[in-house]
Amino acid sequence: MADEQQVIEKPADHEIIARGYTFGTVTDQISAVVLSKKTPVFWFASFAIGFLLLQGLLASAVLLFGKGVGIWGIRTPVMWGFAITNFVWWIGIGHAGTLISAILLLLNQKWRNSINRFAEAMTLFAVACAGLFPLLHMGRPWLFYWLFPYPNSTTVQPNFRSPLVWDVFAVSTYATVSALFWFVGLIPDLGTLRDRAKNLFAKYTYGLLAMGWRGSAKHWSVYETCTLLLSGLATPLVLSVHTVVSFDFTIAIVPGWHSTFFPPYFVAGAIYSGFAMVLALAIPLRSVYGLQGLITDRHLENSAKVMLATGMIVAYSYLMEAFLGWYSASPYEQQAFWNRMTGPYSAQYWFLVTCNIVSPNLLWFKKFRKTPVLLFISSIIVLVGMWLERYMIIVSSLAQDYVPSSWSLFHATRWDWATYWGTVGLFMFLFFLFVRALPMISIFEVRTLLPQAKVGEEVKR
Amino acid sequence: MKEGPYGVMAEFDNPTALVNATRTVREQGYRKLDAYTPYPVEELNDVLHLHRNKLPLIVLCGGLLGGLTGYLLQYFVTVIYFPINIGGRPLHSWPSYIIITFELTILFGALSAVLGLLGLCGLPMPYHPVFNVPRFSAATRDRFFLCIEAEDPLFDLQKTSSLLESLEAKEVSEVAH
Repeated sequence: MADEQQVIEKPADHEIIARGYTFGTVTDQISAVVLSKKTPVFWFASFAIGFLLLQGLLASAVLLFGKGVGIWGIRTPVMWGFAITNFVWWIGIGHAGTLISAILLLLNQKWRNSINRFAEAMTLFAVACAGLFPLLHMGRPWLFYWLFPYPNSTTVQPNFRSPLVWDVFAVSTYATVSALFWFVGLIPDLGTLRDRAKNLFAKYTYGLLAMGWRGSAKHWSVYETCTLLLSGLATPLVLSVHTVVSFDFTIAIVPGWHSTFFPPYFVAGAIYSGFAMVLALAIPLRSVYGLQGLITDRHLENSAKVMLATGMIVAYSYLMEAFLGWYSASPYEQQAFWNRMTGPYSAQYWFLVTCNIVSPNLLWFKKFRKTPVLLFISSIIVLVGMWLERYMIIVSSLAQDYVPSSWSLFHATRWDWATYWGTVGLFMFLFFLFVRALPMISIFEVRTLLPQAKVGEEVKR
Repeated sequence: MKEGPYGVMAEFDNPTALVNATRTVREQGYRKLDAYTPYPVEELNDVLHLHRNKLPLIVLCGGLLGGLTGYLLQYFVTVIYFPINIGGRPLHSWPSYIIITFELTILFGALSAVLGLLGLCGLPMPYHPVFNVPRFSAATRDRFFLCIEAEDPLFDLQKTSSLLESLEAKEVSEVAH
């Protein structure tokens, strides 16, 4: 460590991480976050906020088990309310992690190497938060296993023609595959932590998890194949998950839902909100832990570009939604859309249009993309906008469907909010535990980015 | 405990030296050898002839098994075990089976990829002789190692060590069992 220089300069345009890093300094800097005894105040503050909000989730879940789903504002006809809004929002956020780790790997985008690890962790925790909502929304969550086909004394089986059952399979597969992918990526770094930990407990824990990884060339060869194959499997999976989620809507005949462009619209929106979350996590983390040399402005700029592109697809979808509402020539479709724009939820509608369509246009300016503070604010705006989008789709369509006599508006209760912010707390709680206990940047993949990682020209033939 | 050492290990401080040394050692006829690096070095696959492994086949089988499981499960439930006649619509409604068939293909494929990785690498392996070399902990940080194992018919403690020493190695040490 002492003999290695630690000059960190700004990277040139074609370089991904800052100059002056060596294998040693990269390893030391990333593993120090986990292995040091010192924890920044930022960590304690964020963890404490997450932990407090989590208590809200626990309290509302206990009350929900005791009294039933009536503690939420869900009343006929808006039976989905916040629960499904939050489910779709969280699942969407998860998508960016898989996109970064799988699709960008297949596309050989090397810059992904310093952001894939925490983005995958983000996926995992976002899916955990998402999964809670359908479970709690069931009313009798302890009977969730009825969703799976298993031989039982009533001989009743789940309906495989229902998109809700497809969703169970899609989301549980997604959670499992994301966890596997994340863990496989961690194995070599767990080996690094095992060899670097001074504390005996840490050494044994990381050692057990690393399973005896020793960096053998024979293992690396299989490992690389495994990563490629998992990426190949995760790529169609991630695109399918939000497609299946959108089937929950499109296969119903509710006006405003029954349309064929929902799958690509949902996937684009998912990646849009996911990259917003990646930026919202990366910007504070890199400045608190001094990781600007590894998560450079270029990473932020690239993520902002993805956000801009997907934001434009989402804008196009809003236009198409309005166009198809009119073009369908169905008075119900037309009325549903008119209600959105001018009805009781028009304030939310125009606010979400401002958040999702107007605000990302600032990302066209390079200066804006190069300013982390502005990017952070913009990503929070997008997260709010995407949440409102899901709220709008679910609540406004259900509140005013075919028969005006059954129309009724949705009013969220305090327990709706407590559950929602509780999952935000759960996410922060899990994410900051991860930051403290596991390397948030993939150490071995960053090593491959260094110029000295290349085998030199003087290799003899 | 087995007799004698597990092998001889050489330490290098850059990947080029390791690849060159590995190539030379292979050209000398050694076959029972392995390199240890802190990140995947593609050139080692060429030198050690590691381009083919069974993992793609394992994943293919896992994926096919998953797809079959998904389809047959739904066929069995909706046609044989729990048929519901809804306005005379066909019981074997294959378009609605596609999604779960696809999801289980991915799930089984991914599970077999990870189990296949562990199986082919022989992990978890709590003990391995290479960890007996004190400097070896740097293999997960910034050093590159080449180990010639004693099982190799050409292995001779003196000769093999001096061969490795002649190859720009920083340090050559004996690996105890």
